[in-house]
Amino acid sequence: MAKKRMVQAINEAITEEMERDGSIIVIGEDVHISPVGDTRGLIERFGASRVRNTPISESVMSGMAVGAAATGSRVICHLFYGNFIYTGFDAIANQAAKLRYMLGGQVKLPILYMAMIGGGRSVAAQHSDSMHPMLMNLGGIKIVMPASPGDAKGLAKAALRDDNPVFLLQAAGRGGELGEVPEGDYTIPLGKAEEKRAGDDVTVVAIGSMVKPALKACDELAARGISVSLIDPRTVVPMDYDAILASVARTGRLVVVDEARKSCSAASEIAATVAERGFHLLKAPIGRVAVEDVAIPYSPVLEKAVIPDAARIVDAVLKIAVSGGVPR
Amino acid sequence: MSAQEISSERLLQMYGRMFRIRLVEERLAQVQAAGELPGPVHLYIGQEAIAVGVCAHLSDQDWICSTHRGHGHFLAKSDEFQRMVAEVYGRATGVCGGKGGSMHVADVSKGILGANGIVGGGIALAAGAALSAQTRGTRNVAVVFFGDGAANQGVLFEALNVAALWSLPLILVCENNGFSEFSPTATVTAGEIWNRATPFGVPGRSVDGNDVREVWAAAGAAIERARSGGGATLLEMRTYRLRGHVEAEKSFLSKSYRSDAEVEERREREPLRLAVAALHGAGVTADAIAKLEEKERVAVQAAFEYAAESPWPEPGAAFEHMFA
Repeated sequence: MAKKRMVQAINEAITEEMERDGSIIVIGEDVHISPVGDTRGLIERFGASRVRNTPISESVMSGMAVGAAATGSRVICHLFYGNFIYTGFDAIANQAAKLRYMLGGQVKLPILYMAMIGGGRSVAAQHSDSMHPMLMNLGGIKIVMPASPGDAKGLAKAALRDDNPVFLLQAAGRGGELGEVPEGDYTIPLGKAEEKRAGDDVTVVAIGSMVKPALKACDELAARGISVSLIDPRTVVPMDYDAILASVARTGRLVVVDEARKSCSAASEIAATVAERGFHLLKAPIGRVAVEDVAIPYSPVLEKAVIPDAARIVDAVLKIAVSGGVPR
Repeated sequence: MSAQEISSERLLQMYGRMFRIRLVEERLAQVQAAGELPGPVHLYIGQEAIAVGVCAHLSDQDWICSTHRGHGHFLAKSDEFQRMVAEVYGRATGVCGGKGGSMHVADVSKGILGANGIVGGGIALAAGAALSAQTRGTRNVAVVFFGDGAANQGVLFEALNVAALWSLPLILVCENNGFSEFSPTATVTAGEIWNRATPFGVPGRSVDGNDVREVWAAAGAAIERARSGGGATLLEMRTYRLRGHVEAEKSFLSKSYRSDAEVEERREREPLRLAVAALHGAGVTADAIAKLEEKERVAVQAAFEYAAESPWPEPGAAFEHMFA
């Protein structure tokens, strides 16, 4: 298997699917130049009719995606930074998430909205949010958050074959990370988690960008004799609660790691669901590691204080592991 | 295409559809007042010529997006009006299975992407439908109906910009009915709405929206232009909302925003009255008009009976159709 970068994997998925399915069109800001790299080469290969560089007009873009999808196209709508989802949010919340439902199932809305989310690069509060919880709350949107290049390819291809609005939220600044990417027709079903590390003492669920620090935390905890079952949900809608609960059934302990603000985060939702469905499995309180309810600051020192890292994950695991009597 | 070219047969046909819309809306006002409808209704009375004059040029493969005042657009483009009425009644037989109601009546098989509860919500959707029609190499067009209130939403300018850049087959039909909800248009809208297209190089026209012949002619020219790759047009249709923003509004408004005398004055030029005069001028007999009206009365009566007798949805249906 070849090693590729995250953006190459996504680019490969889009290229293969556009080759396979002539109804796919791309709209988005600077998609012809592709500063992110994920739409590079598409306009040369598929032409300016199918690949449309748009003005910076998220209101019309996010809604055009809905109109085009409802009338026979399959649409990739690239919103660039996740915070620009907010400027295009009306059509996402009021049309994309609801149109099929309001119309009693008369339309399918095959849309892939793409954006980079999260902090860590000193671009400050308006370019660093992780807004997947807000999208989760809409109900009619699927959300894919790949943590590795291989997953990114498989999930992007599956998303491009799904007949619903799907958000592919890529961890910002991590497009250059290398990983093994299967060649050709490789898809990962939406809603299927992966256990990235097997373990019996504590379950850690890490979302998107948080998988990387969680892997580091697993190594540190292993050195202390604590084995972690690390679950990467890969899609937060649909969420693979069966996989999470199966892991918690073995470990009896859960820490959820999320780069969103803690209030009403995906971590909160996972914690609530596990408490509701698996209270009898738990030997210790559930821990959440997330951004406190502050905006993401600019200065690297401040940003580091806010965004969860391996050390915070280790601390959270130790807190519940010790209280439950797991040997250190 | 000029208003003079219209045949008397076409005019009569369009009048019949306008009359149907009027009957349905008047009946909806009655049943709403009688408490038979689950939710609010925003009626199209006074604006019928616009939907009918525009939709006369459209096929089932052309798309329309509409407004919260959307019954008229639906009725102008689809014959499925029994199921539309059933939708407003919230019944299982409704065209959306009772999930959408008055503000979301849609018939995708007829090219109706739906009424829309968000002011200006249809503009981007129609731009997308136009984009889709263009990239697939069809000659189909997308029409968005929106009110003068929506002309103050930023998305209109974003849409005009991309429509101009890409020569989208998009017709933007602004129905200026004099009121943005409860505010007279002049108090919330600067300048001329038709002229908002001009800076983008998109043709803009002001049209007498109460004269179905003028609407038909202006829409025909804009639609033909769009079909042949000429791009978008903005048509401002001057009309007047004879009913309130929403039925029963007097029950919650603390003061009025217009006088009864004003409404009565504007009624003199209401579209059905103008259409009947035009029919007489074209030599259509009063007998022929009466016969058509009677046929519509019977059909509308049947539609309301169908709706009122239709079953409510199964509660379990509330959990279907979020995802395909």
